[in-house]
Amino acid sequence: MAHASEAETTATSLSETPLADLHRRLGARMVPFAGYAMPVQYPTGILTEHNWTREKAGLFDVSHMGQCFLIGPDHATTAKALEALTPGDFQGLGLGRIRYTLFTTAEGGIIDDLMVTRSADPGADGALFLVVNAGRKAIDYAHLAANLPGDVELVMADDRALLALQGPLAAAVMARLCPAAAEIGFMTAITAAIGGIECAISRSGYTGEDGFEISVDADKAEALATLLLAEPEVAPIGLGARDSLRLEAGLCLYGHDIDEATSPAEADLGFAIGKRRRAEGGFPGAMRILGELAEGVPRLRVGIQPEGRAPAREGTEIRDAGGSLVGIVTSGGFGPTAGGPIAMGYVSADCAAEGTPLTLTVRGKELVARVVPLPFVPHRYFRKSAS
Amino acid sequence: MATYFTKDHEWVRVDGDIATVGISDYAQSQLGDVVYVELPEIGKQLAKGDEAAVVESVKAASEVFAPISGIVEGINAGLVDQPAKINEAPEGEGWFLKLIIADKGELVGLMDETAYKAFLETL
Repeated sequence: MAHASEAETTATSLSETPLADLHRRLGARMVPFAGYAMPVQYPTGILTEHNWTREKAGLFDVSHMGQCFLIGPDHATTAKALEALTPGDFQGLGLGRIRYTLFTTAEGGIIDDLMVTRSADPGADGALFLVVNAGRKAIDYAHLAANLPGDVELVMADDRALLALQGPLAAAVMARLCPAAAEIGFMTAITAAIGGIECAISRSGYTGEDGFEISVDADKAEALATLLLAEPEVAPIGLGARDSLRLEAGLCLYGHDIDEATSPAEADLGFAIGKRRRAEGGFPGAMRILGELAEGVPRLRVGIQPEGRAPAREGTEIRDAGGSLVGIVTSGGFGPTAGGPIAMGYVSADCAAEGTPLTLTVRGKELVARVVPLPFVPHRYFRKSAS
Repeated sequence: MATYFTKDHEWVRVDGDIATVGISDYAQSQLGDVVYVELPEIGKQLAKGDEAAVVESVKAASEVFAPISGIVEGINAGLVDQPAKINEAPEGEGWFLKLIIADKGELVGLMDETAYKAFLETL
């Protein structure tokens, strides 16, 4: 037996997160991921972990991700500095609000996707908190360092861990441990203590479920994780289930669904381009990206549902009904909640309409598939009515 | 009935001229939850080392190689609807296929259970 599509290979001097010992005690299988030894699964396995997160609350260690602050003299200065590198509206970002954005290249490609938080504390104004992908943080930090104005400083927060508590019962757990956090709406943040441990808590995640992402001092991370795992609704969840959950939620994985060769318009991430920024431009690649948003794109990221049971993995060729090559799968596998194979990929614009029949070539065999709307599993975010 | 193992973690159970083939408990534990199985057609001629079947977990696709040469005489068709059997009973109900053995001499190069257990210790 041989693994045909195992992604990770070499294991040279891997970094560890502050929770590595805890993962091992919990029986995790550790694999190299973006330079870190990370838990891919615990003894219960990916299917059980996936379903647990959809039904209860899963605890994920995402401390490998890059956390940093941009610190300037006031909000407008810091926001403008970030706007010079991203298409997001950060001048208009309210206190305690979070926005998903992209670092774009001058050619309109995507350097990374990231989350940006403006603290709820007016005393902390002038600071923006960024969370970037593990595999891109060195590139992102160099990009920021090279492009920030003199009065905005990049401060890495390598001394912080990041946990994600995700699932329909995450809020009930939070209501017991930190009632203030249970009250906040999707894509907002507060600073509050959980069991006496000071945390920066966001209502956000990467599973499509309601949930929280919790930034905490590295030396308190194990105490916090232990506290959360003691709740009956909470179980530890590895990277394997994190991937199947995000794929069902139709969320992009950097380096797979998006990269420097894909534009935000092609990736169907137009929502990340602020209304004001669409009118004003002034971000790297604006000419291409705004042109594509106005006039359409040659290819588009879509959801793909193969018929039958066989998963179509990343790299699978996509053909139209006439047999012409029209695209490629960028993420694909089995969706436990969807109950069958699911995939995302890029197809030429004339094949992107919902219901378009496609053919996937898997191990030399032709599989029938069709374009379906994303996400595969409906999002269940906790949205509060606009205040 | 003698059972032999390969370094690629397939097993072969020999009963007369027929060999039953599956993957070892170690293999299923490394693979994780199996969600899809592709089995060969009955009558297919397999040379030792040919791709005999495909097994996919949530995470990855893997090939199952023919541990010895032979003609596919039977397949465990129930696996297609219940791939989890491979995790539950990899060396029993989770068998993949039966081969009409072409050359019993090929069994000589395989490990017996004791040798396979010792091999696993080295991994």
